[in-house]
Amino acid sequence: MSETAEAQVQDEAAVEPKEPLFSAKNKRLLSDPLNDDNPITIQVLGICSALAITVQVKQAFVMAVSVLFVMIGANLIVSWMRNLIPSRVRIIVQLVIVAALVILVDQVLKAFVYDVSKQLSVFVGLIITNCIIMGRLEAFALGNKAWPSFLDAIGNAAGYGWILIAVAVVREFFGSGKFWGIQVIPDAFYEMGYFNNGFMILPPMALVVVGIIIWIQRSKNTKLIEEN
Amino acid sequence: MDYINIFVKSIFIDNMIFAYFLGMCSYLAVSKTVKTGVGLGAAVIFVLGITVPINYLLENYVLKEGALAWLSDDFATVDLSFLSFIMFIAVIASMVQLVEMAVEKFAPALYGALGIFLPLIAVNCSILGGSLFMQERQYANIGEATVFGLGSGVGWFLAIVAIAAIREKIRYSNVPAPLRGLGITFILTGLMGIAFMSFMGIEL
Repeated sequence: MSETAEAQVQDEAAVEPKEPLFSAKNKRLLSDPLNDDNPITIQVLGICSALAITVQVKQAFVMAVSVLFVMIGANLIVSWMRNLIPSRVRIIVQLVIVAALVILVDQVLKAFVYDVSKQLSVFVGLIITNCIIMGRLEAFALGNKAWPSFLDAIGNAAGYGWILIAVAVVREFFGSGKFWGIQVIPDAFYEMGYFNNGFMILPPMALVVVGIIIWIQRSKNTKLIEEN
Repeated sequence: MDYINIFVKSIFIDNMIFAYFLGMCSYLAVSKTVKTGVGLGAAVIFVLGITVPINYLLENYVLKEGALAWLSDDFATVDLSFLSFIMFIAVIASMVQLVEMAVEKFAPALYGALGIFLPLIAVNCSILGGSLFMQERQYANIGEATVFGLGSGVGWFLAIVAIAAIREKIRYSNVPAPLRGLGITFILTGLMGIAFMSFMGIEL
């Protein structure tokens, strides 16, 4: 999953001939968050929503797109305004910017995909306090120009999105034998005595699945291993 | 009886961490030792107990459809609920700042213990989550909302203290290298979540 995403990123870079826009440093902004500096598994940001809405792929996808939108908007606005924001009140200013964008997303979701919006319930609102957004605003957008901040937003939202969708694919496949609401495990299996693992739908298994993803990722990339 | 029921339910059954994963970021980051875990947990109880009732008043007297009827009949049909996110987060951010100043002035000892954790709390999802669940579940009066806020805080406190205690001990165990630190914490939280599921369906 990460390799395909990375390949995509490189394709995009190859299509655009404007060299300075995609210098080596800028490309790293896009590719690092996908693996080496993943917001969920390495930076430990944005876990709250990552776990709660990964029962179905569709919800996870909608959530990932919403976060992508909010993150690009917030990173750009904060980066443009970074010299105007007094540092003492910056948290409140950032929260207001993010909250305004989330209200937009919430209203759009309610208008066009009402059923998904109902399932996501409070978690759309919780994008406001999704630490991944505040974290990137604090760590990156406050100190960088608009274009790198834009790339950083895309990279981190994609890194967040692919973990979200990977967890959702595993949970939906084992939990209800479906992908995007369409049954993929043939009826013949069920007749032979196969059962859906109902446990996968319950909240605690999301944690275990993310734990296993971290395990796999770190055993392939040993420099990420922690001390204790 | 209703109050006790809501209190127990929000601690054990609708636990912020194990059932909804709210506040996971600080839960994972600050649970390395029991001492810091207790500090952050206490701060969360404190802030949830204050912000949920305030947002309850805001929701019922300003934002909800028809909530402005107390002002004049002209406003009886105004529905401002789309503004709730921005209002809630503004209340939370400013309350956290106020509480920080008040604690610093009147209880310096408490400030020493909670001080560094209070700014972290404005962006803790469990605080905003508490207000949003309060909105979704439509509590009957401000007492129920307060009890719900305090109960959720206590549940969060229990969770972070428990995981911090386990993480202190697990340092002596031989965990597979790639699983050390974050990975094993995730899996442990999952197992604790399964244990907490046994409270499901309890009604007082």
